[in-house]
Amino acid sequence: MSTPTEPKPDLAPPAEGDSPELQTRDMLLNIGPAHPAMHGIVRIVARLDGEEVKEVDVEIGYLHRAFEKMSEEVDYNGVMPYTDRLNYVSPFINNVGYCMAVEKLLGITVPERCQYVRVIVSEISRITDHLTCLGASAMELGAFTVFLYMIKAREYLWDLVEMVSGARLTVSYCRVGGVKADLPDEFAEACAKAFEETRQILAESETLLIRNRIFTDRMKGTGVISAEDAISYGITGPFLRASGCDYDVRKDCPYLVYDRIDFDVPVGTTGDNMDRFLVRMEEMEQSMRIVETALRDLPAGPVMVDPGTGRPIPAARMVDLAKMGDIGAFAGGCAVVGPTLEGAGLERYPLIATDDKRVFLPAKENAYGNIEGLMQQFKLVMLGHGIRAPKGEVYQAVEGANGELGFYVVSDGSGNAYRVRVRPPCFAIMSALPLLLVGDMVADIVPTFGSVNMIGGELDR
Amino acid sequence: MSAAVSLIDHVAEQFPEAVIASHSYRGDDTLVLRHEHLHEVAQFLKNDPAFQMNFLMDLAAVDYSVFGQGPTQAFFASSGVALRPSPQIPDDDPWPGPPEGARFVVVYHFFSTIHKHRLRLVVPVDESALEIDTVSDLWPGANWLEREVWDMFGIGFHGHPDLRRILMYDEFEGHPLRKDYPVKKRQPLIGPVN
Repeated sequence: MSTPTEPKPDLAPPAEGDSPELQTRDMLLNIGPAHPAMHGIVRIVARLDGEEVKEVDVEIGYLHRAFEKMSEEVDYNGVMPYTDRLNYVSPFINNVGYCMAVEKLLGITVPERCQYVRVIVSEISRITDHLTCLGASAMELGAFTVFLYMIKAREYLWDLVEMVSGARLTVSYCRVGGVKADLPDEFAEACAKAFEETRQILAESETLLIRNRIFTDRMKGTGVISAEDAISYGITGPFLRASGCDYDVRKDCPYLVYDRIDFDVPVGTTGDNMDRFLVRMEEMEQSMRIVETALRDLPAGPVMVDPGTGRPIPAARMVDLAKMGDIGAFAGGCAVVGPTLEGAGLERYPLIATDDKRVFLPAKENAYGNIEGLMQQFKLVMLGHGIRAPKGEVYQAVEGANGELGFYVVSDGSGNAYRVRVRPPCFAIMSALPLLLVGDMVADIVPTFGSVNMIGGELDR
Repeated sequence: MSAAVSLIDHVAEQFPEAVIASHSYRGDDTLVLRHEHLHEVAQFLKNDPAFQMNFLMDLAAVDYSVFGQGPTQAFFASSGVALRPSPQIPDDDPWPGPPEGARFVVVYHFFSTIHKHRLRLVVPVDESALEIDTVSDLWPGANWLEREVWDMFGIGFHGHPDLRRILMYDEFEGHPLRKDYPVKKRQPLIGPVN
């Protein structure tokens, strides 16, 4: 500054009145809707004074798909594929939340093994969600290696997801009153292997990030929110816990079998991006702990037909026998089914589904094998039938990966829900985004927005 | 459950003229309130030491205009050999039904992290006066939630700082979650034409 330079002729002349101060002007910066650092499609309009953010307007709705309207048009189980697409990095949790809301409305409970299975898949989903969030945030701060490592870990977990549900992303695994199929026999072994790999990757990523000056400098002290502010905006989940409030639906309003499983809820102190990062890292470890405990305690439950002694009969042969009325020929046998029905055979049914015949489809052996099963199938799938929930309204909350995921379901006694409302956890966080960003630098938008873990699917529905 | 009943009673004692009805269907404690008293009851719920509802978890609306009047679809109905639709699953503890005399209700779900209890407020809103008081001054998170209710149902919020559409775009006509909005209705494309 002290070196004398010739004034450039094209610089704007000082304003009238010859003020000695530098003339400044606010700048509007439009980020998004389609921007690499905006996960999904969202638009942030920031008013900047130099590099400082003065005002922020957030515009959402670009991914609105009328989830709530469509849920009123299809039957209760038909909503399941739509729920997959709410938070598409942790679809199991949405499945579980929606099913639990409808089950609460129906007043039924699912078998104990099914509850454990739901806990296991939810926690695997939570890990994949946190891995995606942290990996993407790290990449945006320059740590591309960590992103690839974390996506590799997510791949191991998605192999597990594929094993359980047959799909990697849009799982549609739960059904009202149960789940689609039991866990495969070799699941526990595969899970232990995947967790071993994941733990290694997490340890490696942690060393790559925690002592990385660039990463910590950009994460510490940015995007700070106090617990009171977070609560007043309705923020839940890891975002709230990083601010020091230990609210966790799994602990405070326990559902499924979370009250029988021992786990810790990590809580931060400062509520900045670094705390949110650390809380999510620890939550992944706790989730793995929950899965391991649940797999250890997984009850075997009653078995209707012992697959060891039951005679395996090809499903098509069973259908032929039934058509000829020769039911005795396959009594006590179990059908050999294709891979899509694996784990959903008659012998597994008491483990995975409620015994309420008005709610859950019969096992394929029964649907093809006897008239009661056929009628049950008919009464559940045909137009004008299906699950006829009693009139009522319920709200059921589960701990989603981003916070409290609530489903408010109203029924008028017909085959479709009258109203389905989702409380998307990142909606509340996004509404507090101006509070988080104002006062920080423009470069801090990226890590703060990354820690929000905005998921367009559940935000815009 | 006893604590829950006392929650409802507590509000009913404090605001006898505000509470229309109450129930605990499936364990969800619910109060039906007159909309004139919404703001003072909400303020009371937030600040009273027995409630301390520091979380406004959810705010949504329901359009009850065709409740229970859905077309009774039946398989084979068009061919004249209609099977009657299945009856609904019977309920031991029936729900008292939606509030009468109002087309819409606005539903508030509160939660207290101190007492770990939940409470639902149901506020009927008649079609002739589609405006109720905002609670965004008590819970800033209500700002976006109320914008969404406005966007989807066209219910206004008196005193809201910035009542704009949130999920739909400004040129969108109508309020899509109303029951009289057809599912398959198309709206004209907006934006630059090339």
